[in-house]
Amino acid sequence: MLAYIIRRILYAIPILIGVNLITFVLFFVVNTPDDMARMQLGMKHVTPEAIIKWKQANGYDKPLLYDAATNGTGALTQTIFFDKSVRLFAFQFGQSNSGRNIGHDISQRMWASLAIALPVFIIGILVNIIVAMLLAFFRASYIDLSGVVLLVVLMSISSLFYIIGGQYVIGKLFHLVPISGFSTGPDAWKFLVLPIIIGIVSGVGSGSRWYRAIFLEEISKDYVRTARAKGLSELSVLFKHVLKNAMIPVLTGAVVVLPLLFMGSLILESFFGIPGLGSYTIDAINAQDFAIVRAMVFLGSVLYIVGLLLTDISYTLVDPRVRLS
Amino acid sequence: MIKPVLLWTDALIFLLIIIVVSFVFYAMRHEHLRAPWRQVIRSKIGFVSLLVLMSYVVVAVLDSMHYRLPLEQTNSNSETHYSVEVLSVLDAIIMPLKENEEKTYSSPLATNLFSQETVELSNGEKSRIHPRLIYGGASLNDPESEHVNDVLMAIIRGVAAGMLIAATLILLVLNILARKRSDSILNVFGAICRRKEKIPWHVVFFAGSVMLIVVAVAASLSQGYHVLGTDKVGQDVLYQATKSIRTALAIGTLTTLIMLPFAVMLGIMAGYFRGLVDDVIQYLYTTLNSIPGVLLIAAVILILQVYIDANPDLFTTDAERADMRLLFLCLILGITSWTGLCRLLRGETLKLREVEYVQAAAAFGVGKLKIIMRHLLPNVMHIILISVVLDFSGLVLAEAVLSYVGVGVDPSMHSWGNMINSARLEMAREPMVWWSLMAAFVFMFVLVLAANLFSDVVRDAFDPRLRKG
Repeated sequence: MLAYIIRRILYAIPILIGVNLITFVLFFVVNTPDDMARMQLGMKHVTPEAIIKWKQANGYDKPLLYDAATNGTGALTQTIFFDKSVRLFAFQFGQSNSGRNIGHDISQRMWASLAIALPVFIIGILVNIIVAMLLAFFRASYIDLSGVVLLVVLMSISSLFYIIGGQYVIGKLFHLVPISGFSTGPDAWKFLVLPIIIGIVSGVGSGSRWYRAIFLEEISKDYVRTARAKGLSELSVLFKHVLKNAMIPVLTGAVVVLPLLFMGSLILESFFGIPGLGSYTIDAINAQDFAIVRAMVFLGSVLYIVGLLLTDISYTLVDPRVRLS
Repeated sequence: MIKPVLLWTDALIFLLIIIVVSFVFYAMRHEHLRAPWRQVIRSKIGFVSLLVLMSYVVVAVLDSMHYRLPLEQTNSNSETHYSVEVLSVLDAIIMPLKENEEKTYSSPLATNLFSQETVELSNGEKSRIHPRLIYGGASLNDPESEHVNDVLMAIIRGVAAGMLIAATLILLVLNILARKRSDSILNVFGAICRRKEKIPWHVVFFAGSVMLIVVAVAASLSQGYHVLGTDKVGQDVLYQATKSIRTALAIGTLTTLIMLPFAVMLGIMAGYFRGLVDDVIQYLYTTLNSIPGVLLIAAVILILQVYIDANPDLFTTDAERADMRLLFLCLILGITSWTGLCRLLRGETLKLREVEYVQAAAAFGVGKLKIIMRHLLPNVMHIILISVVLDFSGLVLAEAVLSYVGVGVDPSMHSWGNMINSARLEMAREPMVWWSLMAAFVFMFVLVLAANLFSDVVRDAFDPRLRKG
């Protein structure tokens, strides 16, 4: 087990290097260090000396990927790419173009993102399981059929409309909660409750349908028939046998997204004005702030790989038939 | 003479249609492919959603035949110059919608502007009124008394026309069916009414009639009004929503067309060759998958925008520029979305390569390429088809979100995402401007719902695990 985990972590390193290389190349195609310097110093009246000075101060005065002037390993290490990537591996994100410490910003904004993403995730799974369980209990009846139709309708609506509709009905029509904003004080729940509800509702359609399919597949298996034949009631069959076994795909499907919750939700956060990592990313894209985007890409990739690893481990924990090798 | 324009996405859309049509002909000659499609057609939901999807496709295809009108010549012997505006056949059909612009917002079927303006009356006094529209209800002398009647008459005309067209089409279908079975039309009609048919024609006729009547009413109303109102710059909302159909379908289908060859080839190769090939391909898709999709899309779109801005002389018209961005959006969406299918195919091929008939083929000395083409590819076809159909609705929804973030299609291109994005702030107006959002919502919802229902039916028909008997 331990050897497996160590191997997987080592395997992550070339992936992260690849991710870094792709983002690095993509962004430097558009944004050469000279452009960055000009943008930082203001577009007008920039002397070549000022650009060189800025590049020296910010570490952009080296070759991009390969230094032909030096020999040996120096050809690869004396470059901007090496310089900037190595620090990422130590989670030192450096400074954004506006001069703020990115690592500090991320650790500050992470909590706002989590305050939305975590409740949406946990309550969402509970709601999905309850809805799917109900439909599975009434399977092949009109309740099941109309429920499935309703779920398909729900998943056919763009998440943008859930947000706009929710903001309009709850925020503007009934004035129950503020339309957008954020607070860290005791009245924080007022700002959080609407985005959380909308996040859950917009996920119910596809989530419940998927869980229902898992439950139905479990129900058609032999051990369920045996349990029924032994005289167990339908409810105890569903909750004691089916639910337990169906939790394997449900849990492992949930674990892979668990670390990515830190990244927050792009559109929820920007619609509701929540200062989380999602809105941070959108702002960085719009401002073409390369340092922030690179940090977020790196963070996202690390979290994704952690998620994959956790999925594999959770398989062995919940399903004794699976062994890691 | 008009000058035909073939945009990149047009060419790909036509290529896709050729592929689909030839696949249909191929499938009709092979029973194992015909059986599942027959099941799709025989399901009520399957046929009706196919009908809805087809009507969207027709609009999109009409909108993909582009041309440029010649400018009026000043002297006869000089070379003809063409207008910079690229039009489509669809534009020609719904020209009144495109040409009749108002000053600013007007609500659906309105005769007056939504906002008030200060006008000078004939006696010199100034007053704040809602001015009359240029086009909407222009034929009315006294809007207050005639408006309702005029709208009702237009609706009745529309319903009548729609029913007439529907009845003609139904008769045509009945005639074809009757001739095929050498039976009388009445007998066929009776069998359909008594629901003796395997294909649910009664549902299809009903749904088709409803669709035709809705279209006819909209057409009849738009003779004198803006059916769905106008937006901030006075453009007809119905026109925008209709033009957006092509964008949505292009993203939903071209993305798949672009990514499919890679996903299929790499997935099967990884599963069949294993070893180093498998490692490299797995590394490739894990790396691509671990980059957050939105950031990758944003990066590529930013690069493209910088490139376009730096080379303005590459594109002669705005439409070509917007089209290039649409193409790249499809490309990058394809790059971020091929990994799921690739992984599925890899897993399936790993299983298939151990099956007896593949082993036997290998033992007979059949080449590797031939094994892949003859034995593996046909047996993973259902996975490919199901995932293509399932992906479609997700891609249409993704377009809206990306346009909202600002990395979607070109702002000058009509798309539901752009409509939502520009209408979003109008919700805060008092009274509210709701029709732009509503139009985008309804058009998008119908398409995505039909696609979701259709994909369910297709999956049930093609997935061997779900197939009955």
